[in-house]
Parts: sequence; structure tokens; C-alpha cells
Amino acid sequence: MKYDQLYQRLIDSILKGKGESTPEQRQAAFDNAGLPQPIDRLVNKVAHEANKVTDNDIAVAKAAGNSENQLFELIICGAIGQASRQYESGLSALAEAIKEGGGHAS
Amino acid sequence: MRLEILNNGYKFGTKLLFGIIKLFSGYPLPDAARLIFYRSDFYGNPAKQFTQRAMRGQSPWSVGDRELMAAYISRLNECSFCIKAHTAVSAGAYGDGTKVKQVLDDLETAPISPQLKVVLTMLTKLTRENMIDADDIHTVLATGVNPEQIQDALAVCFAFNVTNRLADAFGFFIPSDDAFEAGANYLLKRGYA
Repeated sequence: MKYDQLYQRLIDSILKGKGESTPEQRQAAFDNAGLPQPIDRLVNKVAHEANKVTDNDIAVAKAAGNSENQLFELIICGAIGQASRQYESGLSALAEAIKEGGGHAS
Repeated sequence: MRLEILNNGYKFGTKLLFGIIKLFSGYPLPDAARLIFYRSDFYGNPAKQFTQRAMRGQSPWSVGDRELMAAYISRLNECSFCIKAHTAVSAGAYGDGTKVKQVLDDLETAPISPQLKVVLTMLTKLTRENMIDADDIHTVLATGVNPEQIQDALAVCFAFNVTNRLADAFGFFIPSDDAFEAGANYLLKRGYA
């Protein structure tokens, strides 16, 4: 199967699949925009400095009423969202470069 | 891991499988693999299919090259678990651990092809700055790298920018070097699917 199909299947699954968080919350985590605190802080850390996430960050998010399954889903959406912005930037740059004549699509 | 569901929230059959794997391999299943089993329809199954395509699917890059990209991206993200895991897989695939170490220590002087070097430089920019443009691609193409190779490298970059974040956010346990060696042998024999 081609990358674009495999990629779209992953994105659809995490944003629209069965879960405990709402599709709106998952989209917001994916976009790293518009979540309430403290989950917004946690998702932003996942997107930009995941290696600084602490036990306390998770404890604070749970104490605010988020279930473990909601955190599982929103952390995954936050991680994939950031990586997808990179990936799509790379794919757009590649398409543009090929269009400009720097190479041929294989 | 930081979420209790990722430590103990598995179905009976999955727990049994974890036990059998530990019995035969001598090591507990690494957290990277356990995560894939948790509610696998949500993330694990579609993620491992993408990763398998990127890391083991047909590509002009060797398995060693792609695992080196994975280790290098993990290094950029300072993800301890994934650096160790994919350094071991790349070293095993190349049969040359020194080369992998040299790339992670100093890309400029490392003994790899100019093509692989320029691709790793492109992936550095993409991982650190979250974007690249057509000029960056032209620089890569100018060294003789073809578009298919760039597409494949971007897929590896995506897979590991996801995995690194999850490893650190969920807090993957870092086992012994022997356990990483065993995991690397498994990934070389069986892949990610």
C-alpha cells in the first residue's frame, strides 16, 4: 500500500476512531490549539519538548478530570499532529521542487 | 509507563502473549511494542503498518540506512529509548556499530555517502524547525538523491517524530543494553508489522 493511504488511515483512526475524547478535543490536540488547561500545556510539551514531560504533568492532567484513555488519545493526537506538520511541509517542498524541474516523480 | 492502562490495561490474551514472549526471549516486551498492543485499532495497527512500509518496504535506502535515519532523528529529539533501540538495529543491519556511532557523534566527518549525509541534514532542519522548502529539496537533489529517496526519508522522519514523542511522553522504560540487542535482532528478523 502507498504511503498516502497508510498515512491517511492513521490520521483518520486517531481523529475519528472510537475513543473517550471527543473528535473536537482530538482535532484540537492534533492542531495543538484550543484545548483548555492543563491539557493544553501537556499537549504543547508533547509537540515541542516531549522529553521534558514529567510524571507531574500527567498527574495534573488526570487531576483536572481527564481519564487515562483520554490522555492516551490526546497525547497520540498531539504527537502525530506535530509530526504531520513536518511531514506535510516536506512533501509540499518535494512536490514544489519537482514542479520547478529539479527532478522527476518516480 | 506513566499511564497505568499502558502497564496493565491489556486483554487477557495479550497479557498471555506478553508472558510467552518473556519466557522465550528472556526479556519483557519493550514498552515500544507494548504500546502498539493497547487499543490497537486506535493507534497501534495503523501506525505499525506505516512504520513497516517506511522501514522495511521497498526503498533505494538499505535497512541500515533507514534505521540510521531513525537513530539520528531520535538523537535530534533527545529520545533516550529510541536512540538506543535504533542505534542497535542500524549497527546490526550494517554490521558496523562504529559507523553508526560516528554519524551520531559528528555527521560532518562521518564515513557515509554524501547522499545520506545531505538527507540527514535535511531531516535535521525538518525535525528542528518543523519545516523545509523547495530550496532545501533542490540542495538534496543536486547531490544525486532522487525524489523517491527523499519521499522515503520523509516517511522515516514522520514515523520517528511520532515515536520519539510518545516514548518520552508515556515514559518508556529503558532496559539493559542486552535487552536492546535482543529487540534489535527481533526487528531485523521480523520487522515492525
